[in-house]
Amino acid sequence: MKATTLEAHADGRGNALLRFAAPQAFFPLAGKMIPWFAALAVVFAVGGLYVSFFVAPTDFQQGESYRVIFIHVPAAWMSMFLYVVMAAWAAFGLILNTRLSGMMASAIAPTGALFTFIALWTGALWGKPTWGTWWVWDARLTSELILLFLYLGFIALTTAIDDPRRAERAGAVLAIVGVINVPIIYFSVKWWNTLHQGASVSLTKAPSMAATMLAGMFLMALAAWMYSFAAALWRVRSIILERERDALWVRERGGGA
Amino acid sequence: MKPRHRRLALVVAGVAALGIAAALVLNAFQSNLVFFFSPSQVAAKEAPVNRTFRLGGMVEKGSMKRLPDGLTVQFVVTDTAKTIPVQYKGILPDLFREGKGVIAQGKLELDGVFRAQEVLAKHDENYMPPEAADAIAKAQKGELPKK
Repeated sequence: MKATTLEAHADGRGNALLRFAAPQAFFPLAGKMIPWFAALAVVFAVGGLYVSFFVAPTDFQQGESYRVIFIHVPAAWMSMFLYVVMAAWAAFGLILNTRLSGMMASAIAPTGALFTFIALWTGALWGKPTWGTWWVWDARLTSELILLFLYLGFIALTTAIDDPRRAERAGAVLAIVGVINVPIIYFSVKWWNTLHQGASVSLTKAPSMAATMLAGMFLMALAAWMYSFAAALWRVRSIILERERDALWVRERGGGA
Repeated sequence: MKPRHRRLALVVAGVAALGIAAALVLNAFQSNLVFFFSPSQVAAKEAPVNRTFRLGGMVEKGSMKRLPDGLTVQFVVTDTAKTIPVQYKGILPDLFREGKGVIAQGKLELDGVFRAQEVLAKHDENYMPPEAADAIAKAQKGELPKK
């Protein structure tokens, strides 16, 4: 089994990407990156919150309640983006049989679920004063709720199976199947009549938002990215230690100390 | 073919098959995924008869009236082609405005009036400060912004 994996013949060949596909090599690298991502997350979050609450102007229709978007939109973006990244790692693991890929997928899932929950929750808080309801079963809201269930299902499935390799493969299939839902969420407001409004910011047209509002949202989005990297790397380090606990390099590290 | 390539082909084929299946299913459910009907669709008899459905469109400017009982409001929903009068008894959401989007849930009565049980405001994707909104409103009326 090991002989077929890439990491086995990547040692000493100088290909950094492949070298770091080995958990043993990735563990210290992740440890070095975490403080940087964490620090950047704090910087962007402080800057983003300042712009969001003190610089950005009041909205002409919604007054102050629109400020929920500074949390809601970055969280919703992250929830979809992290799912795609998680599914990609899961697919790598399934195809290339690398050990680290499945660990990365498992490490990303809780952060993705967290952002999905935040997006749904802040959306409900905004919906009540703006639309007049906490929740409606329109295509956007329903598909985002399905995304939360996909994350929770992935976590439940991978933790329910004892053998980590089998758990990874089962989880990978679920993650890959669920990726169909991401374009449905994104385009739901275009394809169908929904209560949820269309995108204010997209790649294909000029944003329909004031510049300072946009700046606050992008800073918050960057903070969410940095936080996600730090959290996922932190979690993957724990997973590596747990899975490789019988390996020599882990025991030499002084397990438990 | 290495096992790695075979697995890649399997995953790609699986995702492609699922994508096609999802597209077909969503296409078949198209009519059920509609959250609201526009006045034109109602006029074309696409909306369900004698059943509750949601009507969506703009509140026509100058159409909102309060009936003498002080609770019932009347307004006209338009999609610029067709219009439907709506009657609603209850509290309107904060963002309910003439000229803005609205979604009303209720039944179309035989007299042609839509009796709503619930009215939601549909927000658009524009976010701007009040000064910018004023400037746009003035520009639409043909006035130049004061410098």
